[in-house]
Amino acid sequence: MEYFVQQLINGLTLGSIYGLIAIGYTMVYGIIGMINFAHGDIFMIGAFVALIALIAIGLTAGAGLVIVILALLLALLIAMALTAIYGWTVERFAYRPLRTSFRLAPLITAIGMSIVLQNFVQVTQGARVKPLQPIVTGGYEIMRTTTEHGEFIVLVSNIQILIILTTVLLMAVFALIIARTPLGRAQRACEQDRTMAALLGINVDRTISLTFVIGAALASVAGLMYLLYYGVIDFFIGFVAGIKAFTAAVLGGIGSLPGAMLGGLIIGLIETFWSAYFTIEYKDVAAFSILVVVLIFMPSGLLGRPEVEKV
Amino acid sequence: MAAGPAPALAAAPAHSLRAGIIDALIAAFIALAIAAPIIGLRTVSLEGGLALTTRWGAVAIAVAVVFAGRLALTLLWWPRHKPARRDSAGRRLLARARDSGLAERAMLLLAPALLIFAIALPATPFADRYVLDIGILVLTYIMLGWGLNIVVGLAGLLDLGYVAFYAVGAYSYALLATHFGLSFWICLPLAGFLAAMWGLILGFPVLRLRGDYLAIVTLAFGEIIRIVLLNWYDLTNGPDGISRIPRPSFFGLEFDRGEGGFAAFFGIGYSSDHRIVFLYYLILALALLTNFVTLRLRRLPVGRAWEALREDEIACRSLGINTTATKLTAFATGAMFGGFAGSFFATRQGFISPESFVFLESALVLAIVVLGGLGSQIGVVIAALVMIGGFELFREFEQYRMLVFGFAIVLIMVWRPRGIIASRTPSIFLKERKSIGAESVGEGRG
Repeated sequence: MEYFVQQLINGLTLGSIYGLIAIGYTMVYGIIGMINFAHGDIFMIGAFVALIALIAIGLTAGAGLVIVILALLLALLIAMALTAIYGWTVERFAYRPLRTSFRLAPLITAIGMSIVLQNFVQVTQGARVKPLQPIVTGGYEIMRTTTEHGEFIVLVSNIQILIILTTVLLMAVFALIIARTPLGRAQRACEQDRTMAALLGINVDRTISLTFVIGAALASVAGLMYLLYYGVIDFFIGFVAGIKAFTAAVLGGIGSLPGAMLGGLIIGLIETFWSAYFTIEYKDVAAFSILVVVLIFMPSGLLGRPEVEKV
Repeated sequence: MAAGPAPALAAAPAHSLRAGIIDALIAAFIALAIAAPIIGLRTVSLEGGLALTTRWGAVAIAVAVVFAGRLALTLLWWPRHKPARRDSAGRRLLARARDSGLAERAMLLLAPALLIFAIALPATPFADRYVLDIGILVLTYIMLGWGLNIVVGLAGLLDLGYVAFYAVGAYSYALLATHFGLSFWICLPLAGFLAAMWGLILGFPVLRLRGDYLAIVTLAFGEIIRIVLLNWYDLTNGPDGISRIPRPSFFGLEFDRGEGGFAAFFGIGYSSDHRIVFLYYLILALALLTNFVTLRLRRLPVGRAWEALREDEIACRSLGINTTATKLTAFATGAMFGGFAGSFFATRQGFISPESFVFLESALVLAIVVLGGLGSQIGVVIAALVMIGGFELFREFEQYRMLVFGFAIVLIMVWRPRGIIASRTPSIFLKERKSIGAESVGEGRG
């Protein structure tokens, strides 16, 4: 039981990170119907910018709580702003010229951009892994039992609390943006019918650009969380995380925002529980298998709208 | 990076110098924001953790390049090339028709020329071992591209996990040859058969899925197969891979110095190049077989059903075409050729490991198919020559070549969104064969 609770907490933390990345996939897919393969690498860029910002700020280990919080916030803002520019540029450079082109063309440029971003970071920052000293430490003990093997303590670390809280907060803000603001309305309009939205005076290009900006900013938050949680990043983290997050988006029903979050949590939980109770080597196989099984029985994901076939 | 050849930012008249400079300044500013953290600040490992070193010179160069490039684009390139874009639709159609007419005529000559070149290459004086190795590599990708073209180009099913079949073929040959001592010529059809079976197995569950759901499931299958190969240590030897895979023989004659070897049998001096030349012709023959079968299949009912499926699945179903069987045959046929290519890869390398079958390979083959022009056989050849051959040319710039490679994919796609060969010759025609613009051909929707 205690072991289960501990894994549940770990799984929710991982799922939150996946969910934040998955939103970028699902939003872009909803609005222009393309798989943004470079999004995982945007997440990686976010992690790197956050790492560089944290080192530049020069946080020392013994800093007080207020200073740590301020430094993290500053790093977060820098990472969000700069990663958003990356997201905007990728869209402007590789996707917008192909807006009216056929469906596979932006998919291929997305794969191209993914290769570019990965190798850009590899060339400029080196291929070695980048470790970061733990910044957020400590935690709370929520359960303790004594078994024949010794004591088992269920811990919630501060960083886990931070990740889950930030995710919940960002999701709330994000849901509010989509539901209430003119930008959110424009996004939903573009999602339904781009031509009609343009006829009604919505700047479609601007809306799509902002979608990429928001997606990249959320991915950079995920990048910072990943950096703080695992304490080590390299130029290749975007690939695996990106595929998992995309799987999460498809699992939840691509185009659906709550679906992305739900899918992220499910993938995170499956991975964690599979590693905990079975073999760690096959955790990705487990996640992908669940995806296949779900799609066989629910071809448009858990919360996705069924596709209407028009003649 | 900010300078893309799209018209939107240049809303101001592109001819005016002032507007051009302002536009270029904006681009340069964005380049600064992008370059400053990642290029300007490099993380280096010190004893106490990570520290930063600065490289502002490189940032300045990057920003200056973007500024100059953007300015040159707005002032010199676009004023000359943009008017063509703003032509009336009718003119564009005419221009396209002229283009495709030319392309068609060029293609008629190009294909035999390339074939003759490919056959004659080993006999030419500059064909050393290095050139032949590159030739083998390019031909392998051409074969994979042609195989995937059946699935993506003809049947319109987006497959992001094609490398799985390549891996199945390679491991089938490697395992059959090392455990049971079967020769290459027995294993080759077996590997193709096994890969086709895997195509069927993977095809079944995904038949109900459409479009991008199919894409992600094929991607997932590709990853699953790779992970299983990586971790099933008893069978596949895990990350260490399988080594000492037997080389192919020339109808039973080994390429060695011994008595019964190839060189001794034909009474010529032994040379290690014989095997390379043989491998070259082997992959050429396999690739041509793929091409030939594809071209013939296109004229059979099943091939027509594939193309009909790509154009409109609902119309297909209402005309009584069994879409399930049609999709499965496309999947299995494509997989079979992937399997052939895989077993060739295994016998050429003599060593395989899961590292060779990563997603990037699938992406690369798909990029070759789409860059060449979906469904175009000669397009695949050109794209593979440009991408793989070009990639080899940059060998000295080991670090930067993947970066250049990624940019090349993006730029070619933006330059020719329909692929390099953007016209199609219909499979069925009345009286006269006319090539049509690719715009009027359907694409992979799944």
